Amino acid sequence: MIEVKNVTKSFDDKTILHNVSTIFETGKTNLIIGQSGSGKTVLMKSVVGLVKPEEGEILFDGRDLLKMDTEQIKHLRKEIGMLFQGSALFDSETVLGNVMFPLTMFTSMTQGEIKDRAQFCLERVNLKGADNKYPSEISGGMQKRVAIARAIALNPKYLFCDEPNSGLDPKTSILIDELLSDITHEYNITTVINTHDMNSVLGIGENITFIKNGRREWVGDMKEIYKTSNEALNEFVFATDLFQKVKNYVIANEKLMP
Amino acid sequence: MLIAKSLTAFGNYCLFLRRIFTVPDKGKVFLNRTIFEINKLGVDSIPLVMVISIFIGAVIAIQMQLNIASPLIPSYSVGLATRDIVLLEFSNSILCLILAGKVGSNIASEIGTMRVTEQIDALEIMGINSCNYLVLPKIIGFVLFMPVLVAFCIATSLFGGFAVAVFTDLITVSRYVYGLQAMFQEWYVWYGIIKSVFFAFIIASVSSYFGYYVRGGALEVGKASTNAVVNSSILILLLDVVLTKLLLQ
Repeated sequence: MIEVKNVTKSFDDKTILHNVSTIFETGKTNLIIGQSGSGKTVLMKSVVGLVKPEEGEILFDGRDLLKMDTEQIKHLRKEIGMLFQGSALFDSETVLGNVMFPLTMFTSMTQGEIKDRAQFCLERVNLKGADNKYPSEISGGMQKRVAIARAIALNPKYLFCDEPNSGLDPKTSILIDELLSDITHEYNITTVINTHDMNSVLGIGENITFIKNGRREWVGDMKEIYKTSNEALNEFVFATDLFQKVKNYVIANEKLMP
Repeated sequence: MLIAKSLTAFGNYCLFLRRIFTVPDKGKVFLNRTIFEINKLGVDSIPLVMVISIFIGAVIAIQMQLNIASPLIPSYSVGLATRDIVLLEFSNSILCLILAGKVGSNIASEIGTMRVTEQIDALEIMGINSCNYLVLPKIIGFVLFMPVLVAFCIATSLFGGFAVAVFTDLITVSRYVYGLQAMFQEWYVWYGIIKSVFFAFIIASVSSYFGYYVRGGALEVGKASTNAVVNSSILILLLDVVLTKLLLQ
């Protein structure tokens, strides 16, 4: 479990996060949602330690990230996997090389064991036969899956995904969502997903934090989101006619509620 | 304002160097990466160094013959002057200015692209010191290989002058070869190598610094690449004055 308590972050004179508090639960897909520029990426970067907040606490199972020294942070990061918006695969490495990378750096496994483990992770994300291809030779969806395989290679306790569906077609987006949800439940990981994809919100959002103008506006799950009276959240999630109709339909047919 | 900005940049550069010079996470990985960088930054530069050196060597020999032609100056002076120019300045300072363009822009754009595509963030998230992992092998590899490039430069430049003696009637081969050997000072070779090692460090570290701190997209990577070459070149010229004063006096 990750607890975020009263986190405040400013850049120059502009405050991006105002006293944000939320909890990301273990074994659940935790979503951070909000409009572009609302501060959700800064919140995620603060939680993983890429950005240092001025105030607050970020507790990884009780361990405060902001009070850790360099060695402790280094140790914690071995428990973290992250999927970046653009996949962030290493251009100079093959697909297999990318997944083998964290294993080579942080384990004392033999080369054969590392290769086996990397191939297992690639199979887990349904990616076979692309081992020797370079990231530039595969599609965006495949790159995301390679990035997920790399992120789970070290059996992380915490998995962070920054807009995993950006640039993907709807069908591939659903596949990635399902994969992330399956992996979360299978390995009992604390997964935090930063998204503004409404299919993800309504499909895999087991614990949703809604951020608006750098403030935590609402917390709940995908079931509660249909019934919320929060105006800003309603405007954000059910912004299109299609989603408004889906909402009305689901509320009218209670049994369709997730 | 400019002074404050320069001092801030220098401070950031020092902090950057402090992060680079730490013990690598895995020795074997570091060794493999260093060999890779020696190949990429050093061995791949040999053809460029040889092509430039042979022509510049030839031009220096021709210029010497045309400009110092006098009954009072012995004809072997062409070989001697060509050799000393190559040893004292061309094979180190000028060569490094040229390499600042090739190697410096390569390093800055590579690291800059890694920054804007979040590959550096990915390394950091994994708990890897990205400065150490990415930059140290480049610095060590380039600094180690630079004396080899200097040796190639010296040899091919002098061969360029030799070719002038062979294929033109400006100077005889025997006079040119005699000039190359006359009043030879071994220290000049070491002086060139010492300078080049400092310059190699500047090229690799300054270019990495500009690439590492890129913010934005492709446009900024291009700017960083240009800044890396410009700043490396200026620092090489400044250091050239200092090292010449220290080493030759």
